[in-house]
Amino acid sequence: MGACSINTLRIGQKGIVMDLAGDDQIVQRLLEMGVTPGCPVQIIRYAPMGDPVEIKVRGYHLTIRKKEADMILVDPQ
Amino acid sequence: MSLTRSVLLEQEERFMTVALVGNPNSGKSTVFNALTRLRQKVGNYPGVTVEKKLGRAILPDGKAMNVLDLPGTYSLAVQSPDEQVVRDVLLGHMNDTTRPDVVVCIVDASNIERNLYLVSQVQDLGIPVVVALNMMDETVKQGRAIDPQKLQAVLRMPVVPMVASKEQGIEELKTILARGVEPVPLREWRMPAVMEEEVALFAQWLCTDRKMDRFTAFSEAVIHLSTPIAKHHLLEHGVSDIGTAMVQDARQRLTRAGVKWRSAVIEARYDWIHRILEGVLTDLPDPKIRKTERFDAVLTHRVWGWVVFVSVMVLMFYMIFTIAAYPMEWISKGFELLSAELKSVLPAGDIRDLLTDGIIAGVGGVVVFLPQILTLFFFISLMQDTGYMARAAFIMDRLMSRVGLHGKAFIPLLCGFACAIPSIMACRSIENPKDRLVTILVSPLMVCSARLPVFALMIAVLIPNTSPFEKAGIMLSLYLTGILGAILMAWVFKHTIFKGPTPPFIMELPPYRFPTLKATFLHMWERSQLFLKKAGTVILIFSVILWALMTYPKLPGASGDVALRHSFAGRAGVLMEPVIRPLGYDWRIGIGLIGSLAAREIFVSTMNIAFNIDDSGDAASLHSAFSEARWPDGRVLFTPLVCVSLLIFYVFAMQCFSTLVVTWRETNSWLWPAFQFVYMTGIAYVAALTVYQGGRWLGFQ
Repeated sequence: MGACSINTLRIGQKGIVMDLAGDDQIVQRLLEMGVTPGCPVQIIRYAPMGDPVEIKVRGYHLTIRKKEADMILVDPQ
Repeated sequence: MSLTRSVLLEQEERFMTVALVGNPNSGKSTVFNALTRLRQKVGNYPGVTVEKKLGRAILPDGKAMNVLDLPGTYSLAVQSPDEQVVRDVLLGHMNDTTRPDVVVCIVDASNIERNLYLVSQVQDLGIPVVVALNMMDETVKQGRAIDPQKLQAVLRMPVVPMVASKEQGIEELKTILARGVEPVPLREWRMPAVMEEEVALFAQWLCTDRKMDRFTAFSEAVIHLSTPIAKHHLLEHGVSDIGTAMVQDARQRLTRAGVKWRSAVIEARYDWIHRILEGVLTDLPDPKIRKTERFDAVLTHRVWGWVVFVSVMVLMFYMIFTIAAYPMEWISKGFELLSAELKSVLPAGDIRDLLTDGIIAGVGGVVVFLPQILTLFFFISLMQDTGYMARAAFIMDRLMSRVGLHGKAFIPLLCGFACAIPSIMACRSIENPKDRLVTILVSPLMVCSARLPVFALMIAVLIPNTSPFEKAGIMLSLYLTGILGAILMAWVFKHTIFKGPTPPFIMELPPYRFPTLKATFLHMWERSQLFLKKAGTVILIFSVILWALMTYPKLPGASGDVALRHSFAGRAGVLMEPVIRPLGYDWRIGIGLIGSLAAREIFVSTMNIAFNIDDSGDAASLHSAFSEARWPDGRVLFTPLVCVSLLIFYVFAMQCFSTLVVTWRETNSWLWPAFQFVYMTGIAYVAALTVYQGGRWLGFQ
């Protein structure tokens, strides 16, 4: 399957990070927070107003705006 | 009394210095408090707004040790001022801070993978490291088990399991520190071979050309080759044009070799972490659903999330306006009594007046803020310690991002409805410097409680027999005007002076934790101490100056409004009449505006003097004096339009010296409070002018 943005996953669905693409500094921060290629991530929920999104990565919970989430390309599981 | 920019914290050279490093939410402050008890001081690093916390611990062998609590960071790759400070201190580049002898890395055991990332970066710097494996009790609840002995074996650094909130493991940590820590072992993680070569090459150059030690050189080489930072940034960090060119060349070679230099180092570190944790970390059979996930299902729910959020906020404001109002009244009554007592005991004269109207009124004006500050920080600290603060930001971010602000700006701005002082102090939770500054600048636009006495007075003059309904309606529209102003100005600032890409919103949602009262009270104590010491003294001096301006020069035999008119403040009021006349104000209102620079509510008492109402004058007599007030040509002074113009002026104007002092303290620069004063007064003037002149043009009085 091809890589798609993490935003396309359903709530509760998992994916494997394939690549990160976008603003260098934001990508670096996401990588440092543990969102690295090959790492499984899971969509937990969206905030009451639909943005930001909460994801689970490396056993902890991280929240990012959809705009940043779009930079994370995953292989849906 | 010291007015220096940063408090000098003496780091005793004869003692060992240990630095605490760790991720946010790793319990670093708890470890710091447990190590140092109350032997600690808070200040600022020179030139930046990063907080410096230094304390002293007593080791089991009776020796003392300096403990530096460095800001919580996820990384040392210099993306934020906090990261820069941690890196500079650990490398010994910080001017007023000697290089630490040992680093204690606080690792949140329930989030060990990501926390070890920072450990691996610290390891590069070559300082001996002790790993404090905190929150061990949470791993079991999480359905995982960590073997500290095995971790120590694979890391080859001392590992101390602890639960700092219960003081478990603190003595063990002290024992290890007293015994002395072995030099840090060489790293075991490896980058792709090509990258290793390029890093080694550049590090070699840094060693010979820049005279760096080999640890620093390696760490700097890694950062320069892998971090997408701009050229001027490299230059700032002491890398010359030659170095910058070398970095560019190396990156090109890496790209040609198919190495992703942006992510290779980070991936290499995480691969290593993943490898060493095999055998250290085991999943317990039958893990229960985590408590945090169950809480979040409610607290960030589409409906219940709002219900809880609004309830918490309502409770907070209920506490401020009812519970905190009592001690505030006692404090102001107490100071009034003291002042009255002194007036009856001491002989009349300047000394007595200076003591009562200057100093006591000034001290009272500072201390009266304490109940509000304490109450707000009680809530803020509870929200931070439980983890709810991050959820509040999660819920509110959508709304805040519309004006370009961070979700974390919501709570500080909301506090502004009580008082701008704690509001500005609470902005420390916003990491991004630009976001933080914008929030600090606009938060005094939120209608604070000190404006209420002025509003009450003007509304009563505007509509003599106001029904509670009308009063509520006017109040509500004033609050909305303030909120609108704050939103508008935040938007303007984000699109002008703080122009640039919107900083990302990447925030950890830490697990819910039970707060400890000790930590909460310590936080409240720290904040109020900071306010009293750093802001209180300046505010007191200003109060005395203002008193002098309203008292001197004296006109023999005169009192009340005549004496006031003769004083410097009175003359200034007369002088500024041409400026404020377009707003509909005369010199007496001008004096009120000057007087209320100390605090908005002082407008009322200054007006009492300006309109020659004696001390016993109640609110009603001031109303009638206002309605009888005339211009020299006999026109009514307080027309409805003037009242509205004054109301609008007080919504926007920066009539609070304490706020300016706190802004100065929190931004570490006189530029920002000056800017805040100018822009807010500017808006106030233009808005009041528009209301008054526009109203007259439309035919209103």
